[in-house]
Amino acid sequence: MSALSEDTKQRIRAEFPKYANKRAVTLPALHIVQDEHRCVSTEAIREVAALLELPPAEVYDTLSFYGFFRNESAPLGKHRVWVCRSLSCALRGGEELLEELSAKLGAEPGETTTDGKITLEFAECLGACEGAPCLLVDDECHMNMTAASADDLIRDLT
Amino acid sequence: MPTFEPVLLRRVGKESGQSLAGYRADGGYQATKKALGLAPDEVTKIVKDSGLRGRGGAGFPTGVKWTFLPKDHPGPIYLCVNADESEPGTFNNRILMEHDPHQILEGIMIAAHAIKCHTAYIYLRYEFGRSYRTLDRAIRECYDNNLLGKNILGTAFSLDVYLHRGAGAYICGEETGLLESLEGKRAWPRIKPPFPAVEGLFRKPTIVNNIETLACVPHIIERGVDWFRSIGVPPDPNNPRDAGSLGPKLYCISGHVNNPCCVELPLGITARALVDDFGGGVWKGRKVKACVPGGISMGFLSAAEMDTPLDFNGPLRVGCLGLGTAAAIVVDDQTSMVDVLFNCCRFMAHESCGQCTPCREGTDWSRKILQRIQAGQGTLSDLDTLTEIAQSMGTIPGTTICGLADGAAWPIKNAIQKFRDDFEHYIQSGRKTAVAVTA
Repeated sequence: MSALSEDTKQRIRAEFPKYANKRAVTLPALHIVQDEHRCVSTEAIREVAALLELPPAEVYDTLSFYGFFRNESAPLGKHRVWVCRSLSCALRGGEELLEELSAKLGAEPGETTTDGKITLEFAECLGACEGAPCLLVDDECHMNMTAASADDLIRDLT
Repeated sequence: MPTFEPVLLRRVGKESGQSLAGYRADGGYQATKKALGLAPDEVTKIVKDSGLRGRGGAGFPTGVKWTFLPKDHPGPIYLCVNADESEPGTFNNRILMEHDPHQILEGIMIAAHAIKCHTAYIYLRYEFGRSYRTLDRAIRECYDNNLLGKNILGTAFSLDVYLHRGAGAYICGEETGLLESLEGKRAWPRIKPPFPAVEGLFRKPTIVNNIETLACVPHIIERGVDWFRSIGVPPDPNNPRDAGSLGPKLYCISGHVNNPCCVELPLGITARALVDDFGGGVWKGRKVKACVPGGISMGFLSAAEMDTPLDFNGPLRVGCLGLGTAAAIVVDDQTSMVDVLFNCCRFMAHESCGQCTPCREGTDWSRKILQRIQAGQGTLSDLDTLTEIAQSMGTIPGTTICGLADGAAWPIKNAIQKFRDDFEHYIQSGRKTAVAVTA
């Protein structure tokens, strides 16, 4: 049984013409896989490597450098919520926001809620310092968060 | 004070800001037409003569960088646009991308014509989802309107632009780390030389430019060299090596101010004027204790140094690393520099790519020492150890491949030298700060 569907493989192949070689499709491919499967499993790494004509170890080497990708032992929840802890946010309550969310969700940074809905993460500077403290839901930024507004935001996630 | 009419931000907040029709209605793509009527070398000369220096942090003269490409190269030559904006306190490129994507694409087209490039990549940090979607729409509009693709505007010039999303690593903002990442590898910066202009992406000649830098280019083409040189701080006539601080600049203001924002001003405003006149002053009626001049890598200005002009030379004169990204972060007088420095060191320890030992070990040990001080277990000799670590890592002592370690060292050096009392008092009082231990 293949880890990647033919449709997923096709989306990865569609990236090839943009680059001088297939290896450059590593990050785009990993994003495609993780978006769909909420992790990049060992089998998926093998299949991506086969598509890119690389040894699986090279794909794994790249994957493991970016703390962004998860393997099947710790897949992402339906949504990933990143709370910024870097200086501009920390000066305006970013760390407290992370703690409050962590307590509320019953998940430490890096962990997923038991219902599988939310993975909580700390983030280094999200580049939205005019709206500190800020957080990211998947890849949408939300600024000037308070414990109450973060609570509302998370409750409304479906 | 006379108000400066924004150029780069002039369309931010407009309802039609993101659309091609709106951009054209505001005179957009006229500069491209003009530039495509000029020879590539002529465009490069205009940008060189303007004195435009890179806005991403290093301040290298943009036109000069373009001239480093090998002459008569058969190609391909690549343009990589650095949109991996990740320096704490910095968000000006995000604003440009979200609000006025065509201004950036026009800068890319003109730069690509100047360097004879037919493929450009925008390396965009993953976290900027809104920027991704905005740029993606704008690029498709360009393809649909003969502004990208083959024979642009009926000329012989062809260009493809691709968006490439990162995966959450600060080091990808370093230009050779960016190239490695784009090639599908871990983002370990390369030893230079060869510089990217000679051997860059896919081992071909490559120019890496920042978003704001490229956004300046259409305006230089349209309004001319003299216009650009009339803004900012001219080169020091007594210093032949000074390239000046010319043109408009986007300044970011964040931290303990009443009005965190991004504002466009002529290069050279003082930190005090930036904070008081545009940042709304320090919040809660407090005073400034410290101010980061251009992203945390640049170190700190003390309260007594707030009249420092934020041009390419000013921060250097007071012991900071440079202007960096011109992102000011204000720290109020109720905050301990121990906590501020811990935050900076934790960031750098997290973002060190691990390739060079002095940086990998130095950033993590400085984080650990500060964590120990915060736990109430610090000693005064820790301050000397921290200083020694800071003096041992970076391209300036010559122990690392890239400048991340210099940017990790500078906040340590500045904090301990300029705010030593804060550290000594903290250690001697047995104070503690509760911090999350997640490293």
